[in-house]
Amino acid sequence: MSVPLEMKGITRTHGHGVGEVHALRGIDLTVREGELVAVMGPSGSGKSSLLNIAGGLDSPTSGSVRVAGRDVARLGARDRAAVRRRDVGFVFQDLNLVPALTAVENVALPLELDGVRPGAARADAEAALADVGLPEVADRFPEDLSGGQQQCVAIARALVGRRRLVLADEPTGALDSVTGESVIRLLRARVDAGAAGLLVTHDARYAAWADRTVHLRDGLVAGTDGGLGTDLDELQGVDA
Amino acid sequence: MSIRQGFLALLSEQPMHGYQLRQEFERRTGSAWPLNIGQAYTTLARLQRDGLVEPVDGAEDSPEQFRLTGAGIAQAKVWWSTAVGRERPGRDELAIKLALAVTVPGVDVAAVVRRQRDETLRALRALTKQKRDLDPATDLAHSLVLESQVFAAEAEVRWLDHVEASVAAYGSARTHTAGTADTETAGPARTAGGNNRPSTPTGAPTKEMTR
Repeated sequence: MSVPLEMKGITRTHGHGVGEVHALRGIDLTVREGELVAVMGPSGSGKSSLLNIAGGLDSPTSGSVRVAGRDVARLGARDRAAVRRRDVGFVFQDLNLVPALTAVENVALPLELDGVRPGAARADAEAALADVGLPEVADRFPEDLSGGQQQCVAIARALVGRRRLVLADEPTGALDSVTGESVIRLLRARVDAGAAGLLVTHDARYAAWADRTVHLRDGLVAGTDGGLGTDLDELQGVDA
Repeated sequence: MSIRQGFLALLSEQPMHGYQLRQEFERRTGSAWPLNIGQAYTTLARLQRDGLVEPVDGAEDSPEQFRLTGAGIAQAKVWWSTAVGRERPGRDELAIKLALAVTVPGVDVAAVVRRQRDETLRALRALTKQKRDLDPATDLAHSLVLESQVFAAEAEVRWLDHVEASVAAYGSARTHTAGTADTETAGPARTAGGNNRPSTPTGAPTKEMTR
């Protein structure tokens, strides 16, 4: 089976000439199934750039990004959008859900956009909500959910249907510490069940839930450390 | 101290003997601070000497149980109603080490910080591993003790990041070594762009040594 995310030699440069900014300067990163990788680093170190490129929201200046085996950097806008719908799910700090849709409709949305019939999409969405332990909120609107529940619904949407790769950008940033931890526990559980996760966070105590943490500095990998159950000697997939 | 106060708190529930106190103390704090039975009995003896606990009359063949005296009840209550003091924290080896690292010539401060951060992150991961198997809904006391260590480790990582950034911004304080009269006025270092920058006295490759 193909690797959910494989990035090689990624660079990203903004602007030209004197105003040129090198957001990423040669990053290799692989996330396998059942693996949660955390990305840490100071503001401006390239964390969000990396995540946006991993998910096809932005294109690298050079390098290759393979999502489920397909090189998204070489795809046109239309095909890249299809990869985003089918293979990748995003969870942001907040405002993840469409306010006018119920929880189950939010989760079913990427499937319906991809042409899945409404009945089948709803069944998959209900299954995804059950996987995150929230089957009872299916018909509630986002404004009737707590911040933590909204993030869990966003994780359900990120992993609905055949999607296996969840890209989370500070998913706990707007939550209190108890709720934040429950969201990280859920993310960890979904990854343990076979998904792949890339988690950008400022909090070392959340990064400690990952299998390894990649430390970015000035667009480069400054170091990598092992996490839960990972021996430093066994680290693979990231080369500084 | 915490064991003494902990025993008073436990005895405010019901009379107990030494072994029971030790067991309850360890169980409720997730065995984070293991006690040997000798410590338990020594603590009890001191509490009795200070008039805070007294033996309960019981069957001759059962271990001696203790209960709080009036003074003991009062002291147990005072513990809950006062904050734990932070005025004089214990000597912090890491703070001392970093303070000396930026003043002793020839120390690679960045490497000291990096090694320490690796170690603290390793400890943080080990704590998280323990937490992962714990359900806070059913084992809150143990969770909270672990989390106290998790938050302390995280705070240390943040402080180390701050040390690294501060050293990068201000250089080091190596002009102030023992026995060296500092004839210049100490003031905040200027950042890059200042003219007439003197070279560093130690020749150390600090970025912004501008005194």
